[in-house]
Amino acid sequence: MKFIDEYRQGDIAERLAAEIAHATTRPLKFMEVCGGHTHTIFKYGIEDLLPENITMIHGPGCPVCVIPLGRVDDAISIARQPGVIFTTFGDAMRVPGSKTSLLDAKASGADVRMVYSPLDALKLAKKNPGRSVVFLALGFETTAPSTALTVMQAEKEGVENFSVFCNHITIVPALKALLDSPDLQLDGFLGPGHVSTVIGTRPYEFVPAEYGKPVVVAGFEPLDILQSVYMLVRQVVEGRAQVENQYGRCVNRDGNRKALEVLFDVFEPRDFFEWRGLGSIAHSGMKLSRKYARFDAELKFDVPGLRVADPKACQCGEILKGVKRPWECKVFGTACTPETPIGSCMVSSEGACAAYYNFGRLSKIAERSAAGS
Amino acid sequence: MCLAIPGRIVEIVDAENSIAKVEVGGVRRNVNVGMLDREEAAVGNYVLIHVGFAMTKIDEAEAQETLRVLEEIGQYQDEFEQFKTTSE
Ligand code: SF4
Repeated sequence: MKFIDEYRQGDIAERLAAEIAHATTRPLKFMEVCGGHTHTIFKYGIEDLLPENITMIHGPGCPVCVIPLGRVDDAISIARQPGVIFTTFGDAMRVPGSKTSLLDAKASGADVRMVYSPLDALKLAKKNPGRSVVFLALGFETTAPSTALTVMQAEKEGVENFSVFCNHITIVPALKALLDSPDLQLDGFLGPGHVSTVIGTRPYEFVPAEYGKPVVVAGFEPLDILQSVYMLVRQVVEGRAQVENQYGRCVNRDGNRKALEVLFDVFEPRDFFEWRGLGSIAHSGMKLSRKYARFDAELKFDVPGLRVADPKACQCGEILKGVKRPWECKVFGTACTPETPIGSCMVSSEGACAAYYNFGRLSKIAERSAAGS
Repeated sequence: MCLAIPGRIVEIVDAENSIAKVEVGGVRRNVNVGMLDREEAAVGNYVLIHVGFAMTKIDEAEAQETLRVLEEIGQYQDEFEQFKTTSE
């Protein structure tokens, strides 16, 4: 397929890996912020290609992984209301709340349906005028414009039985929170490619300017990631810290003007939003703006809105910050598996724990950690 | 859920409501192109598709440039190999 195959050529990958090994003069830790990158890194075994002195830390950029227990509970409570059709992306079905998941709620009679697009949820609302259709909106700036355009469409068509349970989050406050956490040790970031198609690369410029760390915004194919790691290594060895853009075919400095406009029209920032494992982060969440408040499920339904502490056994917080690796969690692969997840990092294929579990590179990773690297 | 795929616009289905048909690996589907400018949402263009929406037009010239750089990195390695093997 065009724009995919040419970024998967094995011979170039090997040369690139050799070049990276050649250029890397000391142990380096880079974080890929985005779950999409985590997915590619595991699917194509990129860690096996990289030299031993480069460690990839898998960051908090998987929106399914950071949704807190309390919000899942709220979603379930809406799904259980009589007359509701509750719609969600597939990944969110298994995310555990404090007692059950949406999948459990569905099994016990709630009308929970998987959709590919928020537009499909809107279609369902039009087809079922007697029911109230709620869409569980999840994701960073990548996905938020899609929700926004869908809400605008609902308004235009006067679809009153459609609403959104909004859990959209923004990447920059999360990055700031990470950079400010004292236990974090990183040499640079792979910047999220798809978020950046919307917000551009300019919002990351504070990272080198204020924290002295390089950022390379990266595409999602194996060669994209290898090239971006190479660019990061070059910045480090040359003593530079800049925002560079490897994903120029989809990303520019200023982002997508139209997408940003609809975001500002439909959403406004929340004072605080809770992230699983990371705690409450100021201005990191979005809710529907006053103009579209009648499509806000939180106002339409009574939700418990309780804050629930993360499960004790779960170390998702440390995992998301890259302080611990998944296999260091006591319940990894035993009590916590993709079938019976305890933490949300085990749910989505973009979550670090699920990625380690599914792609079975454990023995190699254990070897490495035993060797003390 | 944050993954996106490249597809080619094959038809403008409903300009008023920003709906276009795209083809991805032989499969066709309507997507919403409301995030793109009119000239970006033209038949023949490649766009990046995520949850039923085209997020951005894929820039061919930039894509070529990335590939050129990628190949160049490889070439340097070849030269380096030759340099090494002929140095003894
Ligand atoms: S293995 Fe499970 S419980 Fe442990 S950190 Fe990962 S998701 Fe949380």
